[in-house]
Amino acid sequence: MELDPLVLSRIQFAFVVSFHAIFPVFTIGLASYIALLHGLYFKTKNPAWDRLSLFWTKVFAVVFGMGVVSGIVMSFQFGTNWSNFSQAASNFLGPVLSYEVVTAFFLEAAFLGVLLFGRGKVPQGVHLFAAIMVAVGTFISSFWILSANSWMHTPAGVELIDNRFHVVSWMEAIFNPSFPYRFAHMAMASFLTGGFVVAGVSAWFLLRNRDPEANRRALSMCLWLLLFLAPAQAVVGDYHGLNTLEHQPTKVAAMEGNWETSTNVPLLLFAIPDQEAQTNRFALGIPNLASIILTHSADGEVPGISEAALDEQPPVAIVFWAFRVMVGIGLLMIAVAFAGLILRRKGGIYHNPVFLKALTGMIAMPFVAVLAGWVVTESGRSPWLVYGMMTHAEGVTPSLTGAMALFTLIGYVLVYGVVFYAGIYYLTRVVRNGMLPQEERETAGENFQRPMRPMSASHTPFDDDVDPVRS
Amino acid sequence: MEMFDLTLIWAFIIGFGIMMYVLMDGFDLGLGILYPFAPDEDARDVMMNSVAPVWDGNETWLVLGGAGLLGAFPLVYSVFLPALYIGVFLMLAGLIFRGVAFEFRFKSRRNRRWWNRAFCWGSAVAAFAQGAVVGAYIQGFRVENFAFVGGAFDWLTPFSVVTGLGLMAGYALLGATWLILKSEGHIQEWAYKITPLLLALVLGVFAIISLWTPFVDPAVWERWFGHLQIIWVFPALALLCAFTVYRAVKQRKESVPFIATIGIYVFTYLGLIVSKWPVIVPPDLTIWDAASAPESQLFLLVGVVFVIPIILTYTAWTYWVFRGKVRVGDGYH
Repeated sequence: MELDPLVLSRIQFAFVVSFHAIFPVFTIGLASYIALLHGLYFKTKNPAWDRLSLFWTKVFAVVFGMGVVSGIVMSFQFGTNWSNFSQAASNFLGPVLSYEVVTAFFLEAAFLGVLLFGRGKVPQGVHLFAAIMVAVGTFISSFWILSANSWMHTPAGVELIDNRFHVVSWMEAIFNPSFPYRFAHMAMASFLTGGFVVAGVSAWFLLRNRDPEANRRALSMCLWLLLFLAPAQAVVGDYHGLNTLEHQPTKVAAMEGNWETSTNVPLLLFAIPDQEAQTNRFALGIPNLASIILTHSADGEVPGISEAALDEQPPVAIVFWAFRVMVGIGLLMIAVAFAGLILRRKGGIYHNPVFLKALTGMIAMPFVAVLAGWVVTESGRSPWLVYGMMTHAEGVTPSLTGAMALFTLIGYVLVYGVVFYAGIYYLTRVVRNGMLPQEERETAGENFQRPMRPMSASHTPFDDDVDPVRS
Repeated sequence: MEMFDLTLIWAFIIGFGIMMYVLMDGFDLGLGILYPFAPDEDARDVMMNSVAPVWDGNETWLVLGGAGLLGAFPLVYSVFLPALYIGVFLMLAGLIFRGVAFEFRFKSRRNRRWWNRAFCWGSAVAAFAQGAVVGAYIQGFRVENFAFVGGAFDWLTPFSVVTGLGLMAGYALLGATWLILKSEGHIQEWAYKITPLLLALVLGVFAIISLWTPFVDPAVWERWFGHLQIIWVFPALALLCAFTVYRAVKQRKESVPFIATIGIYVFTYLGLIVSKWPVIVPPDLTIWDAASAPESQLFLLVGVVFVIPIILTYTAWTYWVFRGKVRVGDGYH
């Protein structure tokens, strides 16, 4: 098999981005939750809120640390694998990515340390303020990143002169047409992720009867949040889809598996898209529903994939199925949230083991949904790197060979594999060790005196040597 | 914007950022390189604890430099990174392993050996790769049509191997003098003992590189031995600093060796810049060829001018908070 540097670079970037993305998508939601817990404690002085915020700050510390480590690679990858693209888009992307670094660093440097290590050392109000600032920082960070990403989908405010983008309007370029929808969709995905993880872990604790008072509060809060958020996300996703229909119709066509532009288009539940034959096999659908969703009219016209030339079509099967994974999990989330509402009478959500186990099982789901969503939006853009203006093939590093790309791809997989394994292992230990009364918690004394690094805030040893708590 | 040459301002900012990175990450990478030679596990604890609170602040300059290059000098970014493809990967892999080793080493008992290795090898590989970048920069790159057109291992030549090893030795020297400053007892004795050896090593490698450089790059030959004689002031000052390190170690001074080592670096760096100026993508592209559009440089400048003082203040404050000796058995509170 011939090694194609373009394909390998795309796989490599997808791998690194996916690996990195699961950390911020969790920390954005969690940072806000921690700020909320701090606020509740500040207002009510109920120590349960304090116990919760202490525990979730530990989790936050580990996840944040993993995110920082995996993020370093990304700022270099534009240059190593996509040098023509970085050269062409530098006038816009350079400043935007730099602003992400300087604004995020500013808040991180100033307030993360106070949040992680300031408990009991700084006044409660200051600690609350630090928690809020860290949450704000995660949003500022995602603001810039999503602006850069959205611009690649719906480039605006620039003109292309001699293969280089020149910014004509910073406002139009930063707030490009798909940015508001993408940002809202992503922010809600972060809250959903945080919500389901907190709900799942709280349920796990309740099954083991650990700190029921605090964990009931956490579970109840999360379920109320999810009850509103899960359906609302479907609505935002719908608007995002309509925006995509306007700017990237081929992507929407691929999501729907609709080959020919037509009216009365069914919503396909199952199909095997056959790109060579430009048609679906075994299609099973609900009549007219795609037309209704996309055009809000039963006989609305939906664009087809074949509108785009063969070499300008995205990989339909990938987009089609990733979209169904994302939507399927979204529907499952809504179902779980409503099940919570039904069970809620007489405290049913706290004692129903089936429901609690189901919630624990849901912990991984939002991550899968987020990654599937990224696959939809990024594969759906193919072959465009900057939509309608520059293809992946034009953006790749000209001197890159397949062997080089393969070497680094394998390298990153190995490096991240080790780091991920160690990090997840450590994280599960933090959770397993969590929400126990002080005297039962495993605390190796030395860890309290260790330097101020994010993960050091979790006070949990890493090995199995000391582990009184196995459940 | 005719009043200011934005490109010149950016050259200064990026140059300053690189200098900050080399000095600050230099000593903590240096400790990693010295790690296997440390007298005992206590010494390793102290070495790691002495940099643990500050190392990732140090590394921020690297990320800032990467993003800033893309914003201000995209050509440098899009030529250097493909040209140094494999080297960049090795550096990043090294930095990742080293970064997580800081966290995991203290959490781990059974696997501490492995995280020690990750810290040491990660630091060594990252330092070597950075030194090789300097060598590759002096050699120049094959560029056509504003894109790199050479092969994957063009950067790896005998010359860049020597610069790679040279930077490793230099970082180790920074690490050793930092340790003199931050430790006491038998650990400080050890640091005092190895500093002159490392100094000799550094001077030896620098001498080789200095003799070699004019042959690698004819433009440097022209500048050194042509009419611009003032350039010799930089190596002279660097040598003066080296002598200061030697004398201060003999007199058992604690902070002078580290400061004087920084001096060696600063003057060598300035010497390199003056030798190459204003070429930024050798052999022949200048900072003005490599610059991004003026409106982009200006847009970014607004933010950076505002933030750099904050970062510097914060950095200074961190170092102030963690001033003083690191003792065996106690970390920071």
